[in-house]
Amino acid sequence: MIDWAHFTPWSALAGGIVIGAAAAMFVLLNGRITGISEIIGGLLRPAAGGIGWRLAFVAGLLVAPAAYALVSRLPAPTIDAGYPLLVLAGLIVGIGTSYGSGCTSGHSVCGVSRLSPRSLVATAAFMATGFATVFVLRHLLA
Amino acid sequence: MHALSAFATGLIFGIGLIISGMTDPSKIVGFLDVAGPWDPSLAFVMGGAVAVGFVAFRFARGRTAAVLGGAMHLPTARQIDRRLVLGSLAFGVGWGLAGYCPGPAVVSVGMGQEKAIVFVVAMLVGMGIYDFIERLRR
Repeated sequence: MIDWAHFTPWSALAGGIVIGAAAAMFVLLNGRITGISEIIGGLLRPAAGGIGWRLAFVAGLLVAPAAYALVSRLPAPTIDAGYPLLVLAGLIVGIGTSYGSGCTSGHSVCGVSRLSPRSLVATAAFMATGFATVFVLRHLLA
Repeated sequence: MHALSAFATGLIFGIGLIISGMTDPSKIVGFLDVAGPWDPSLAFVMGGAVAVGFVAFRFARGRTAAVLGGAMHLPTARQIDRRLVLGSLAFGVGWGLAGYCPGPAVVSVGMGQEKAIVFVVAMLVGMGIYDFIERLRR
């Protein structure tokens, strides 16, 4: 059943187009993928190289809310997870995206755009466990 | 110039994430909760991003150098191996637990969200654990 009260198709589509435009700009100008987990992970791995552009990219992400707030009110998030769950989730995301070579941005935005079989498999895999995890949390444990 | 365009890309990417609503973990969990009241917004975000990305990556594929100079750094790995599948399966669990993936979490740190800061620090520790294990295995 669709949650019509929270479904925001137009802003979702508009935001998606802006995200796609950023990915387009980066691959054409810098010749790189906008994979956030790889960009951040590369900061911890000197062998990956390119500390300067990686820091600049993360700085851009960090100031995005301030830039957005100049034009419009920032949306207030609802975060149900408590601190222990956030720590567990963060650890798993850090390890999982390192082994899986990417997250939603690298695999589902860039990889799917490239019709990469690896990214299609990765996206199907994390969607599947994402659905299963929320099902367990909300419907079996709750 | 590479750093400047990386900054601009991060900024635009982050603004796109805020517009799309994906910096709100309840919208991620709302999408992943197919058995409850389902919020399909995330599929529209991916649809919009892939529609633009598909065209851009077609152009990119034909290029031998980036517009700002330097080589194209497009992924070359082809094999669907255990690391890719198990890593992605694990990522999905962490994603579902809190409703954060790396991009929106970092943008939320920029909003000063304490919970996002805790998540991102744990994520960096997770990446460090991966590096440590990989070094031991070598």
